[in-house]
Formats: sequence, structure tokens, C-alpha cells
Amino acid sequence: MRRPWIGLVLAAALLVLLDAGLPHVLNPYYLTILTRIGVAVLAAVSLQLINGFTGQFSIGHAGFMAVGAYVSAALSVYLGAGWLVALGAVLPVPLARALYFPVPLVAGGLAAALAGLGVGIPALRLRGDYLAIATLGFGEIIRIAILNVDAVGGARGFSLTSAAQPAADLRYDGLGAIYAVVALSVLVIARLVYSTGGLAFRAVREDETAAESVGVATTRVKVEAFVVSSFFAGVAGALFAHSEGYVHTNSFAFLRSFEIVVFVVLGGLGSISGAILAATVLTAAPEVLRGLGEWRMILYSLLLIVTMILRPQGLMGQRELGPLRWLATRPRQRHAAA
Amino acid sequence: MLDFQQLMQILPQQLVFGVTLGMIYGLIALGYTMVYGVLKLINFAHGDVYMVGAMTGFYVAHALGFAGHPSMVGLLVTLVCSMAVCALLGALIERVAYRPLRGAGRLAPLITAIGVSLFLENTGQVLFGADPKFFPPLLESREFGRVGALSISNIQAVVLATTLLLMAGLEFVVMRTRFGRAMRAVSFDAPAAALMGVPVDRVILGTFVLGSALAAAAGILVGLSNPKIDPLMGIMPGIKAFVAAVLGGIGHIPGAMVGGLVLGIVETLVSGYLSSTYRDAIAFVVLIAILLYRPTGLFGSAQTEKV
Repeated sequence: MRRPWIGLVLAAALLVLLDAGLPHVLNPYYLTILTRIGVAVLAAVSLQLINGFTGQFSIGHAGFMAVGAYVSAALSVYLGAGWLVALGAVLPVPLARALYFPVPLVAGGLAAALAGLGVGIPALRLRGDYLAIATLGFGEIIRIAILNVDAVGGARGFSLTSAAQPAADLRYDGLGAIYAVVALSVLVIARLVYSTGGLAFRAVREDETAAESVGVATTRVKVEAFVVSSFFAGVAGALFAHSEGYVHTNSFAFLRSFEIVVFVVLGGLGSISGAILAATVLTAAPEVLRGLGEWRMILYSLLLIVTMILRPQGLMGQRELGPLRWLATRPRQRHAAA
Repeated sequence: MLDFQQLMQILPQQLVFGVTLGMIYGLIALGYTMVYGVLKLINFAHGDVYMVGAMTGFYVAHALGFAGHPSMVGLLVTLVCSMAVCALLGALIERVAYRPLRGAGRLAPLITAIGVSLFLENTGQVLFGADPKFFPPLLESREFGRVGALSISNIQAVVLATTLLLMAGLEFVVMRTRFGRAMRAVSFDAPAAALMGVPVDRVILGTFVLGSALAAAAGILVGLSNPKIDPLMGIMPGIKAFVAAVLGGIGHIPGAMVGGLVLGIVETLVSGYLSSTYRDAIAFVVLIAILLYRPTGLFGSAQTEKV
């Protein structure tokens, strides 16, 4: 594939078609699962940047999703509903919605990035397992802090309906748009880690001391990875909040963080394709196994253990597939191959 | 709002609650810290072993008829049975989920640990039912002793005595026996210990047996003082105990106990004086505050990096 951009444009067109067409083909249950897969993929790929590419071990990713979800939801409920109604008065409604919805996604991402900066600077002084437990701690502190804010519903959860503008529909579950956001985010992360500058992430992962000795500002690189990763976790949280139309802090407890770590390790540390694959399979698995009733989660956990024992390096190891593989190849190697 | 004098009056009583809770966290934390010492693995399934301990106690007490007749003997038999079952479970978990991954890096066993944890929680929900059960009163609750206004119940006394005994036993095993010496050697440098003829795999298995038995004891002691038990009861105490282990410096045995005590006391004071909604967050706040000043915990030693 010489020009991935053409493929991308085609993919975007396809996604818009899907957005309009899928609700006529699939029932809402499948649409919900597909949406959750999209969110899981984005969360997993963003964590891959820290855990897989920079070699730091963060297990508090759900905290940043929570920040993104709640900030974007609060923005939509308290301000966005008014904007949406005002836009809808001058523009056709679908266009007004398409123009509005990137706003909470970016806002959620930025808020999470800020949280990532605040957590990353002190936490990244720690190493290995101490870093892991500190990120877990920060994740839980974020969750419990949100739980105690009454403006976003506290323990009742937070519904995306505005009291001032009850007519404004703040849910956004167009599958094509969601997958477009996920695809764009994955592309940005892939371009970042497989760029020349992105070599710094992998240098830190392979050998921090050696990286430092050749002039890589390791602390800076680690904080950068943390901030970028948190941004996309925030976008994933915002997508989650706006597609479900309701958020509760229970969705962002440490079990959620563990789940994202499982996606990353099971997929293969340092493989974006692996994170996508694992997030997709493991989000779909409990639904596929639903026929087994109460035994399904037992089987799910056994599958997890057996897969890990059979493939300790993860499903994909460090390899990439398809367009990601093309991105992962250094330009010089590409020339050599051609 | 309580005035200062009232605050000071209830302080000793709060401290007793805090120490009791802290001892239980400490017992669970010992398992984390010992396993980490020999395997450098965070055994996320450990909290669920503690749950199995409490559940086993529930069924043993009912099966042997101790449930309706509170007695010290009943408690002791239940405790020993539950510790034995969990010791076996711990050995099984090590053999099935961790040993095949020896030498496969540190993250793969972490994921199987999460898998085992999910397995125990979900199997627990199928076998025991998702509804809470009530742990049978193996002891009749009464006042054990009183110092001034401070009252200590017999259950608190049993918790303290049992924990202290178990700790003394562990100290003896670790410091005075062949197995303990082997364990310390593996923890210090596993490849070198293997070269010296220490059977590393057997030592690791033994560590899991010890840690899981201690977690079972914690499960029984919690059942005594706080009788509502359910298949997901291990999640939060498991994480807290892990925090306690890290707080004390993971891999350091007395550190785990101290970490547990610090956590138990701080948590009790916060829920007693401030607000119980922040109870679960405070453990992590303390942890992060300590890690920022001592990045390897209270008693952990800094590893020098070799180039």
C-alpha cells in the first residue's frame, strides 16, 4: 500500500455510510456492543503508548477515562445543551450535532491530559511496581473525588439530560462517527510512536540509562507519553459518556483499569494491532458467551489464563498488521524493500 | 459537631478498631509481600484467596455444627481447616497459573493473576451465590477487658492474639528454619540460590502455601468481627492489603505488618472523624504521600542500578 491516505478517505466515506445505514441493519444490542468495542480499542491503544512503547507500568487508566467522561458530560449538560439548541435554530439539526460533538470530546481529552500531567510529574519519579501502585492509587482517588461532587450526580450517577434545555439530545451514538474518532486517534498514536521522535519512547522502554546517555530526556519523554495517553483515554471516556447517555463512577473502578491492562498485555506489549485485537475479542467475548449463563465469566477468566500461558508474549508480540505495519516500518527500510 | 474533648475521649476506642483492622490488613499483606519477595509478582488473586478462606470457614462451621454453639474449640478447628484449604488452593494456583510462565517476563504472570482473581470471584458467585452470607458467630461477643473508658471485646482480643501468634510463627519459620533460610535466599537472588542447590520452585510453592494460609486466617478473623461475607468481599481488602505491603516496602515482612497497621488506623480515624465516603480514597492518599518521600516504601531499600 503506497498511499495510505487514499485508503483513509475511503474508510471515512465508508464510516459515514455505516453511520446512516447500520441502525437499519443491526439491532440496538449489537450497536451498543460495537460502540463499547470502539471505546475499549481507544482506551487500550492509548495505554499501549505508556505500557507497551514507553515501558512504564500504569494501571490507573480508568481514572483518566473518568475525567474525560465527566468533564465532557458536565460541559454538555451545563453549557453544550444551550449551544446545541442555538446551533440547531440556524443550521439543519444533523449538521449542528456534527459540529457540536467534537467539542466535548476534545474538552474531555484536554481535561484528562491535564490530569495526566498532574499525576505524571510526581508519579513518574517512581519505578516499576511502585509506579504501578501509585497510578492505581491516583485512579482510585480521581474516582472517589468525582463520587463526592454533587454537581455531577455523586453516587447517583450522571445522566446526560439538561434541565434547562430538555429538548436537546446530548446522546451521540452514531457508530460511524465513533469509529472515525477511534480510527483517527489510533492513527495519531501510531504516527507518533513510529515517527523518528517516537523512537525516544522505545529507547526509554529498552534501556532507560542508555537512552539518557545518548541524550534522550527520559523524564520528559515519559511525561509526554503519559499526557498524550491520558488525552486519548479522556477522549475514550467522553465517547463512552456520550454514547451511553449516562455515566457512573462504577464504570471507572480499578477493575476497569485492570481490564485495559489485560488488553495491552494480552494483545502484545508494543503492538497497536495487538491492543486493537485483544480489546475487540475480550469485549465481545462475554457477549458471545452469554448463552452459557452464569458460567460465561468463569470461562472468560479461564480463556484469559490459558491464552496467556500459551502466548506469554501476547497475541501479536511486537508485530503489526496491515496499514499499521506499513506505518511501523522505518522510511529507509521502506525504500530498501522497494 | 464534636468538641475537642469528646474527640479525645473516643480516640482510644477508635485506635482499638484501627489496630484490629490494621492487623487483618497486615495478615493479608504478608502474603503479597512474601510472594513478591520470591517471585517479583503482584499476586492479584491473593484477596480472593482471603474470600475463599472466609467462605470455607462458613461451610466448615456449619458442617461440623459449630455454628450454633460458640466455643474456642470450634473457632480453632474452623481456623485450621480453612487455613489448610487455602494453603492447598494457593499451591494449586501457583502450580497451574504461575509456574508455566516462569522466565516469561513479569507481565504475563500478572495477567494470569488477574485471570485467577476473576476465576475465583466468578466461581464463587456460582458456587456460593452472589448474595451475602452471614458468618456464624463462633464466639459470643462480650467484653474482654476494660482500661478506663476503653473497652476491648473478646473478638478484638482474639483477633489481636491470633495475628500476633501467626506473626510470631511466621517470624520463626522465616528466620529459624531451613525453609525460611531458603526463602530468604531466593528472595535475595533467585538464580544464585538455584546455583547453591536451593530448590527454587519448591520454595516458591511453599511461599504460596504460607501466604495463602495467612490470608485464610484473615478471612476467618474478619468473619468473626464483621460477619457479612460474599464472593466479592476480597476485592477491596485485597487492594488495601497490597497498598499496605507497598507502604511498608514490598518484599519486607515486618514492613507489611507496619503498613497494615498504618492503613487500618488512618482509615478508621478518617471514617470516624471525617467522612466514611473518603474512607477508600485515604489509603491511596497515604500511599502516594509516603511514596513521594520514600519511593520504595517505609522499609524498602533502594536498588542501585548497574550500567
